[in-house]
Amino acid sequence: MESPERGQLGTSGSASQADEHMIIKDIPKEEKWLPGNAACPGCGLSLGLRLMAKAIEHPVVVMPASCGSVVQGGWPKSSASFPLLNIAMAAAGSAASGVSEALEALGKKGTVVAWAGDGGTADIGLQALSGAAERGENIIFVMYDNEAYMNTGIQRSSSTPHGAWTTTTPEGKREFKKEVAHIMMAHNLEYMATASVAFPTDFIEKLRKAEAHKGTKFIQLFSPCPPGWRIDYSKSIEVGKLAVQAGVWILYEYENGKVSISPISRPYLDAKKRRPLKDYLSLQGRFANVDEREATEIEKSVVEKWRFLSRFM
Amino acid sequence: MADKDESSNYIVPAADSKSKALLLRYPISLPDFGSGGKTNQWRLQMPVIDQDKCIKCIICWADCPEATIHRKSDDSVEINYDYCKGCGICANECPTKAIRMVDE
Repeated sequence: MESPERGQLGTSGSASQADEHMIIKDIPKEEKWLPGNAACPGCGLSLGLRLMAKAIEHPVVVMPASCGSVVQGGWPKSSASFPLLNIAMAAAGSAASGVSEALEALGKKGTVVAWAGDGGTADIGLQALSGAAERGENIIFVMYDNEAYMNTGIQRSSSTPHGAWTTTTPEGKREFKKEVAHIMMAHNLEYMATASVAFPTDFIEKLRKAEAHKGTKFIQLFSPCPPGWRIDYSKSIEVGKLAVQAGVWILYEYENGKVSISPISRPYLDAKKRRPLKDYLSLQGRFANVDEREATEIEKSVVEKWRFLSRFM
Repeated sequence: MADKDESSNYIVPAADSKSKALLLRYPISLPDFGSGGKTNQWRLQMPVIDQDKCIKCIICWADCPEATIHRKSDDSVEINYDYCKGCGICANECPTKAIRMVDE
């Protein structure tokens, strides 16, 4: 598809930003996330970790219990060729704070990245993350959002969208997705952004921007999960693109109290340019039970989300 | 920092003349290929590149979750069949359909 998502878009809306955006050929060649790991085929998280390791020169990763702790593979091998600390599920924010302080005290190089799933962020790790954000610890917190507890067998999390099937919501989830990004906006962070694994250059740019800021930075990364979303392994990038094109997933940045929609999502500010929501829902088996009435409700929540963000623009 | 001996134990050297060196059995994993085993056995279909159709856009390389597509210096690509899990993202995303999935 010849759209700005592949980095061909030359200009950005804000004059203060650099005119040139990253293109695919600018992505560093070095692979720090090694092949032969234990991730499922087509895993969005695995791609996310690979891109993160490319974007940040010396990452020091703190990983609570999640799919992320499984995909590293079995002892004595690890697919991560960067320092990685596995810790308890609720402790991502606090452990990352400790590692960041330790690096500073020892005068060592490294960017601390807390890499937690939506369960370890929106449900179980929210308190520790909120504490770290309030203290302004120098960390980048990445929430890779695959919209359920995939590691333990697809149970609903508070980040699961309305209507989605999981093993604990066999008829589709009744509640709506918790907007963790909005909660983090309320913490008045230096830098907050949403990204998607389907747009590698955008994600890398945002990570680098986050690295340049002091204090707590938060990135919510849309990360499709083929087994959990009931899609073909080859479709995880396609679903990620569709989510953005349908306006379900909005790529934006929050800096100095202002929201700026990223170039890729900017065309979809105009509701007429969005792809029909049906295209996004019908591709995924988890939305098989969504009927006409529920689809309208999801549509309404999408419109409401855009309206909410436009208040901060 | 700690050194590793033959039996995967870690020796932390003595900090000063009064203390002793420590032998630790930390559950530390070291980076290596194939931490999940030979993942090519998971594959039902394998991607095959038609180099004539390839326009060197390297979208397949950027989108491969597995880092099994090798980007050469001239931006042509090569697949590492030892670890490719055959997810088919490369074939699905290729703009010129230069990558085909064929049965093993």
